[in-house]
Amino acid sequence: MYQQLAWQVTLILVSALALVFVFVALRARQHADYEPIQHRGYRIRTRFFWALVLLGTPTLLYSMTDLPYAAMRDRGAAAQVVEVVGHQWYWTLSGNTVRAGQPVEFRITSADVNHGFAVYDPDMRIVAQTQAMPEYVNKVRYTFTRPGTYKIMCLEYCGVAHQNMMAEIQVQES
Amino acid sequence: MNDAIQNPLTLAARRSVLAYMATAAVVLLLMMVFGLLMRMTEGQLLPIGPDRFYQIMTVHGAGMVGITALGSAAIMWYFLSQYVKLSTGIFLANLALFLIGVVMILAGVFLGGFAGAWTFLFPLPAMSMGLWGKGAAALFLGGLLLIGTGFLLFYLDAARAILARYGNFANALGWPQLFGRVEGYGPPPTVVASTMVIIVDTLGIVAGASILTMSLINLYVPSFRIDPLLAKNLIYFFGHVFINAVIYKAVIAVYEILPRYTNRPWKANRVFLAAWTVSTVLVIIIYPHHLLMDYAMPQWMLLMGQIISYLNGLPVLVVTAYGALMIVYRSGIRWDMASGLLFLSMFGWTGGVVPAIVDGTIVINQVMHNTLWVPGHFHFYLLLGVVSMFFGFMYYLLKSGQAADTGLDRASLWLYLLGALGFVFSFLYSGKESVPRRYAVHLPEWVPYDRIASVFVALVVAAVLVFVARFLLSLPRLGAARHA
Repeated sequence: MYQQLAWQVTLILVSALALVFVFVALRARQHADYEPIQHRGYRIRTRFFWALVLLGTPTLLYSMTDLPYAAMRDRGAAAQVVEVVGHQWYWTLSGNTVRAGQPVEFRITSADVNHGFAVYDPDMRIVAQTQAMPEYVNKVRYTFTRPGTYKIMCLEYCGVAHQNMMAEIQVQES
Repeated sequence: MNDAIQNPLTLAARRSVLAYMATAAVVLLLMMVFGLLMRMTEGQLLPIGPDRFYQIMTVHGAGMVGITALGSAAIMWYFLSQYVKLSTGIFLANLALFLIGVVMILAGVFLGGFAGAWTFLFPLPAMSMGLWGKGAAALFLGGLLLIGTGFLLFYLDAARAILARYGNFANALGWPQLFGRVEGYGPPPTVVASTMVIIVDTLGIVAGASILTMSLINLYVPSFRIDPLLAKNLIYFFGHVFINAVIYKAVIAVYEILPRYTNRPWKANRVFLAAWTVSTVLVIIIYPHHLLMDYAMPQWMLLMGQIISYLNGLPVLVVTAYGALMIVYRSGIRWDMASGLLFLSMFGWTGGVVPAIVDGTIVINQVMHNTLWVPGHFHFYLLLGVVSMFFGFMYYLLKSGQAADTGLDRASLWLYLLGALGFVFSFLYSGKESVPRRYAVHLPEWVPYDRIASVFVALVVAAVLVFVARFLLSLPRLGAARHA
């Protein structure tokens, strides 16, 4: 689950940073000549830079192997299609029952202002989203693996009843 | 070349800086109170209705962006004045336009009912479903336009002064030292940072003014349509650049003050100059990471948004934060409020970069976008980063006015750190739990997170109240001092 991954990575890296700052703060009151510190510091910085590059590059490339944009170009792929229109402040869906195990392509637009189309699973975790924009159709494809009642919620502020924009989708056994 | 000019700030100039910082301090505190009201409303601790909630949210967002920009402009102006001759008149004109703009925004929101968020995404300002009128939207958009105009004047004056001293922006960015055969260090870090900010934020403000003007026309001539995706691009380009320029202006306080505490100069060596030149480019082209969920965008731009997000962390981590750590390490520094807050600000900035880069990863953004993860990461580097820089600068001014730190100051600093960390991690955790941002009413299962966050925000507000009171109470003495 990407949420869990994001949380753990953030906790680990921020804690590591905090430790470095505490380490430096605790030694700040001691005094030493700056020149040797600079020489050593620059050497460590070069290694730190390359470590970031060596760790960051594969992470960057790997994370781009699972992009959610395929449905925008992949016109012929077979999928259950649900047309979605956002309005102030409700959703209209061409159907609200889909089958698990087969891709569902949501084709999303807006009749008025910008909305955000987010699919929440039965545990109220986001599993997919895109923007619902006037004059544009954004397509998002998602394969439900678990039957149940999923919620559609608006994640782009769209006016004073924004929080009321909810709809439901029933996902049935394949 | 000796970069410092000989004439110190005039009394009028010093008082202008104090006026900026006093305004920033008061409005910042007020905006924090608004933030507390929002969290308490979501936590069902206050009976504020959605219409009022979104009005407060609109003012909180626009107010925080604006007031941090104002405070950081004062920091940049204060230190840049040591190297180039700036106009106090233009500096004050910016403050006057800012205050007029604020009055217009407050009138549009609290009298007219405008609640279109600081993002004013087209065509929301014109489509309120009858909850606010054209006049309210026009006041809000016009207020932002006026504030942007003030900042544009501020930058044009700073650009004039830098060009008069250094000849062109390339020299002021240290390109002869970076790319040419000129040996030695580049211009002072303050000049390099200010030049970068002038370049990027002028572009940002022009983009913002364009979409604000188009939105204003659309209010009264609905047949004048704007492509909604183009509007979004302009708004997020403007918003991203403007708020990033806030950090790059405020960090000048770190470059200038920490060396004075440690007696270790912060020189613009080649790595430093390279980092700022790279940041100049990256800040301009990174904004598509705000549009990762706009699938209609060209895919190469979205990929660029992620790649640049990763790259953008390097100059911050490897140059500025690392430089601050090196300057402080075994320096024999005297820890006090100013040095402590400025050191903390570097942790706040770099710490906030981590969840920001995580969110800039497309696959993660797909489940985190517009959840509370987003305000979690930007409050991290704005609250613990930029706001710490502000108050570090304020305590530096107090110190130069011979005021000593008190036990209450030091206790407030620890309270601030605890409150801010608890608050941003409540946000981040809520984002992990898929809690949406900008919701006036939360589902029952999300309410406990809001209540915990409210406690931490209250700690932050209490600590900032002490910082602000200390500064305001010292103003008469600081304003009267001939040299400080």
